[in-house]
Amino acid sequence: MKQSLMIQTLFGAVPQEPNLLDRLKAGIQKTRAGFVERLEDALAGRKEIDADLLEELEFTLIGADIGVTTAHEILEGIRQRVDRRLVGDVSELKLLIRDSLLETLQAAERPMAHVEEPPAVVLVVGVNGAGKTTTIGKLASRYRAEGRSVLLCAGDTFRAAAIEQLAIWAERAGVDMVRQSPGADPSAVLFDALQAARARKIDYVIADTAGRLHTKTNLMAELEKMRRTASRVVPGAPHEVLLVIDATTGQNGLEQARRFTETSGVTGVVLTKLDGTAKGGVAVAIARELGHPIRYVGVGEKAEDLLPFEPDKFIDSLFSAPAASAP
Amino acid sequence: MFDTLSDKLQRVFKNLRGEGKLTAANMESALREIRVALLEADVHFRVVKQLIESIREKAMGQEVLDAFSPAQQVVKIVRDELIKMLGSHQSRLRFANEPPSAMLIVGLQGSGKTTSTAKLARWLEKNGHSPLLVSVDVYRPAAREQLAVIARSIKLPIYTGTPEEKTPLELVRSARREAVQTGRDVLLVDTAGRLHIDEALMTELRELRDLLSPSEILFVADAMTGQDAVKSAGEFHNQLGISGVILTKMDGDARGGAALSIRSVTGQPLKFTGTGEKPDAFEPFHPDRTANRILGMGDVLSFIEKVEENIGQKNAEEMQRKLLDNEFTLADFRDQLRQIRKLGPLESILGMMPDLGPMKDLKNVKVDEKELTRIVAIIDSMTPRERNNHMIINGARRRRIAKGSGTTVQDVNNLLKQYAQTRKMMKSFTGGGFLGKRLAKLKLPMLQQ
Ligand SMILES: Nc1nc2c(ncn2[C@@H]2O[C@H](COP(=O)(O)OP(=O)(O)OP(=O)(O)O)[C@@H](O)[C@H]2O)c(=O)[nH]1
Ligand SMILES: Nc1nc2c(ncn2[C@@H]2O[C@H](COP(=O)(O)OP(=O)(O)O)[C@@H](O)[C@H]2O)c(=O)[nH]1
Ligand SMILES: [Mg+2]
Ligand SMILES: [Mg+2]
Repeated sequence: MKQSLMIQTLFGAVPQEPNLLDRLKAGIQKTRAGFVERLEDALAGRKEIDADLLEELEFTLIGADIGVTTAHEILEGIRQRVDRRLVGDVSELKLLIRDSLLETLQAAERPMAHVEEPPAVVLVVGVNGAGKTTTIGKLASRYRAEGRSVLLCAGDTFRAAAIEQLAIWAERAGVDMVRQSPGADPSAVLFDALQAARARKIDYVIADTAGRLHTKTNLMAELEKMRRTASRVVPGAPHEVLLVIDATTGQNGLEQARRFTETSGVTGVVLTKLDGTAKGGVAVAIARELGHPIRYVGVGEKAEDLLPFEPDKFIDSLFSAPAASAP
Repeated sequence: MFDTLSDKLQRVFKNLRGEGKLTAANMESALREIRVALLEADVHFRVVKQLIESIREKAMGQEVLDAFSPAQQVVKIVRDELIKMLGSHQSRLRFANEPPSAMLIVGLQGSGKTTSTAKLARWLEKNGHSPLLVSVDVYRPAAREQLAVIARSIKLPIYTGTPEEKTPLELVRSARREAVQTGRDVLLVDTAGRLHIDEALMTELRELRDLLSPSEILFVADAMTGQDAVKSAGEFHNQLGISGVILTKMDGDARGGAALSIRSVTGQPLKFTGTGEKPDAFEPFHPDRTANRILGMGDVLSFIEKVEENIGQKNAEEMQRKLLDNEFTLADFRDQLRQIRKLGPLESILGMMPDLGPMKDLKNVKVDEKELTRIVAIIDSMTPRERNNHMIINGARRRRIAKGSGTTVQDVNNLLKQYAQTRKMMKSFTGGGFLGKRLAKLKLPMLQQ
């Protein structure tokens, strides 16, 4: 049966990529291997649901970086059902965990802001080395493939050769980029980019920013300024503020999400480097605490290695058999 | 805000009987708290299990010493155990018998390899070496350009290759030749970020290793790494045999529990920490500070060293005398603020503070540079007599000061409150208390009484 998936964009849904599920499975193969197999190991050969088993499950979740609090909450829910004899046998536990994760991720889903009048402005933020620039390169290719016009904004004027890095991605995607010299005020570059985009009736402006640790007040204030600049030039902008989180990140990711939300009004998360063995569980904790949806996942370093995130598909690919058969 | 481990333990022991001794019963709840603290600091759960076992063994039946509460004593046991595991002394870099020594910098994508390569080069240069840099990251866009730009800014030579040289092996061969010809004694090789499961790229690293016989293979890890640290570091070590670790991004607020995981899975020493984006933000690794940090006890020693380095020992001693004699005036406060600004961004300074006692509130204060300027302006608007004795600053004086400095009475009130707080905090550094006692033992000039 031919599958047609809908991808949410700022302008509405577009059908795309019938093989998304397969690619998702392939991309997160290692993630899956670690997490679900551990879960299955924990369950294998057990007949009885006892405290030991539940603790083992809790550690599986903690091992995926979901965090002590969130893991405990999930397990608490399950414990209560076990106590009330609502869980028949061990095999149901896997389903319960699956449902609980799915529920959290689905509850955080929200549509993107409506764009009154183009350009749609996407601001990409995050700590150093998370994968912002690469994600922007991938996003540009994706929007281009949807037939949209894109303009990139070289807002990282701080890191050595950051502008050149984005320029190469712009060239790969076949889109233009607005730049100034290293050391320039990022808000000034953004201002230029937005003016140019309006004049040229561009659909999307994607702005890169320098990586910064959320503890650096002055650098965080710089993001606030970029936001203000965006809203002055384009009403309603930025329409999307994507926080890029590296899947290898531990519990610090939660604090990152809190602080970036405070200063730059995060609207969604991009979880990168899921092609490794890290599980990215902190994104679940972020969804649970801050209600931010995961918009995309990064599964490699090439332009096509960015997949739209859909909770059910993601969880299915995490929990279903590794074979490429779609459910 | 999370409670610190010390707070939690304090509460645990308050609610328990038989406080004089650490018993099986009261230890169990303490151990639960310790377990959670370590997990929240991102220590791998298996490593946490091991640690808890050895802490339990150490703690059982120990008499509580007079000077400590049971909570403090448990914190001490945990801390000592962490320090032991992190490696009890600083480890040095190894060099080849015959120069140039090659050092290979490896790790996952975005962990901080290129920056650390430059930092290490600078550090080597300061310590009497003459490094040559080369980037063999032929994959990531503008990666080689990145190292070239940094090398230019720190004025160190870099081998940038010819247009024909396209592979890492070709590049390092020529770079080594260049090092020999120009008499450089260390060749630092920045490699592309890669996943430990990427077989082709891990093979590439082995080829580089076999060609260069490096005296160091340094694995660069991000302090924010979570549970996956054991897998990535373990795999790099299995496939390559790393000789040390550089832990980056320690200028943030990540607890850095990954340090313990990495150390435990590889057995290799942590050698340096990265504490900022600039080429000088690089320090030898300190197990004790990292242990404190993992436990949420801040990094007092780094703070004090930094103060000493920047303010100078004499000033520090003078400041301490004044504090002890209660002579620490508003004028001193202003001078101190000016000096603190020289230390770098305030939040990175405050980030080193422990979460304990009187310093706790200070940590939550968000200080921005504008605020500092305002404080200095307010103090400048006081008369010398007011600066020497804050007690005389009554309502009328406050209004006058506010007007003179273009601020509000509220601002002046806040400042006076902050001044009082700082006095209290500085006293706790120098005076008694758990920390004071510990620090006094370390014979830091600023703390000698
Ligand atoms: N705050 C902070 N940032 C750091 C530190 N070390 C590196 N960075 C930043 O982290 C980001 C990635 O650093 P790079 O040195 O490019 O990392 P890399 O491992 O070479 O990355 P790839 O080559 O892309 O795999 C950059 O924005 C650096 O400025 C550090 O100790 N503290
Ligand atoms: N394996 C993998 N690497 C990625 C992914 N996204 C980014 N990277 C790499 O991570 C490193 C840092 O990415 P970059 O975009 O420069 O991060 P930034 O500093 O946040 O802009 C680069 O080496 C990228 O190639 C991903 O999804 N998977
Ligand atoms: Mg970037
Ligand atoms: Mg690099």
